[in-house]
Amino acid sequence: MSVRSFLQDHPKPLVWAWELTLRVLRWSRPVLARLGLERASWWLRTPEMLIKKPLFDCRECGQCVLHYTGMTCPMTCPKQLRNGPCGGVRANGHCEVYPDKPCVWVQAWERSARTPYRAEMTRLNPPVDWRIEGLSSWVTHTLERDAITTGNDPAVRYADEVLEGRSWN
Amino acid sequence: MELNYTGASNLARVLREGHFAVAVEVSPPIGPNPAALQRQIAELRGYADVYNTTDNQSARVHMGSLPASIMLKQAGLEPVAQFTCRDRNRLALQSDLLGAAAFGINTVLAISGDHVAMGDHPHAKPVYDVDSLNLVRMIRMMRDGPVFENGEPIPKTAPDFFIGAVENPFAPPHEFRPVRVAKKVAAGAQFIQTQLIYNVPRFREFMARIVDLGLHEKVAILAGVGPLRSPKAIAYMRAEVAGMDIPEWIDARFAKATTKEEREKVGLDLCCEIAAQIREIEGVRGLHIMTVNWSAAIPQVVTALGLYPRP
Repeated sequence: MSVRSFLQDHPKPLVWAWELTLRVLRWSRPVLARLGLERASWWLRTPEMLIKKPLFDCRECGQCVLHYTGMTCPMTCPKQLRNGPCGGVRANGHCEVYPDKPCVWVQAWERSARTPYRAEMTRLNPPVDWRIEGLSSWVTHTLERDAITTGNDPAVRYADEVLEGRSWN
Repeated sequence: MELNYTGASNLARVLREGHFAVAVEVSPPIGPNPAALQRQIAELRGYADVYNTTDNQSARVHMGSLPASIMLKQAGLEPVAQFTCRDRNRLALQSDLLGAAAFGINTVLAISGDHVAMGDHPHAKPVYDVDSLNLVRMIRMMRDGPVFENGEPIPKTAPDFFIGAVENPFAPPHEFRPVRVAKKVAAGAQFIQTQLIYNVPRFREFMARIVDLGLHEKVAILAGVGPLRSPKAIAYMRAEVAGMDIPEWIDARFAKATTKEEREKVGLDLCCEIAAQIREIEGVRGLHIMTVNWSAAIPQVVTALGLYPRP
């Protein structure tokens, strides 16, 4: 088992790291705002990628939802699905395109149960805004340019509204 | 059940009137000749409430779903135009949806679509600009807004769409599947067509969960069934069709059949047995009948199940 999948299967430290990152980002918000989206991204993209590429095989979508998906990157799904698995998942839980690889969403479903963000499994994630692809998601999130994780998009709703309080978990 | 829809879709009418619905799948031809489509139209006319036209099924290039739906509509059959997210971005999807509306095609189905790697153009670019959930949401925005995906108003007339989505109860993670249905319902799905069902116990578990979550009152589940023609067809489906679950006891049923006629009879009987069991499951509002190159079997299945003539 690789270090990557070990950490993702035991996501607690990753969750702490994310929450610490959030705190630092909030604190540095005035500086980032002064630099602006593009320039702040220029500075932060490299450190972000140095961490996220080896740990999550990050695809630089610029609107990171890792913490919502059990620290499993949905952009590594061949269909880049951000709202759950497709119907092609094999009986052994592997991907229809890569028979040797587990489905990203099978992992996200299992791993998210071990994070404080399980409730996000019912979140209706809006489609990717391709304009901010390649920017630092630390910056797009802090500057609220990322409509997905900041909830600025009206499509950010939850399936719970049709479940009317029935427990799904 | 509440449909939350007042438009003209024939599927919605049948469900609203409380009938057990029948949808069948029509395969647009591989090639420009409409003869194969016209043959299916002649064979299937009157045996279903709506007719799904597949959108480059199995990621292999076929005549388009939308033109095939138009041909059906013009022949007097009510189509379900299928839209996959694989081949078109938001602009192309919306422009085709407008085209569908212009031709009076008011029942549509949103699917992710098999990946290009599984098909006959594995070197092509898979699009997936939006996923199936966001395609559902976009279609609802176009109808209820009426706005485009960018939030701009659609001038003058709102398109009429009864919105469908799909689910595969057999693909892991099984506990996520009903939740994913709930997400699609929240996005605007009004009917769900399922993957082909051969593993009835698993489907029962899925439906029990759907009922627990109260989703059977919010979305019409059309259960996927289809006759298997031969052990060769079973082998093909297991190997080539994504997300298929065909239990081994089915092979045993075919073992005794030696001639083509016997094999076809076994296939038809099996299909009717499974469909009869599925019909009794709480929350199932209709059938979605699919075949692999065997549309001639569909009238026999519909008749044998006592579902002919259609309301």
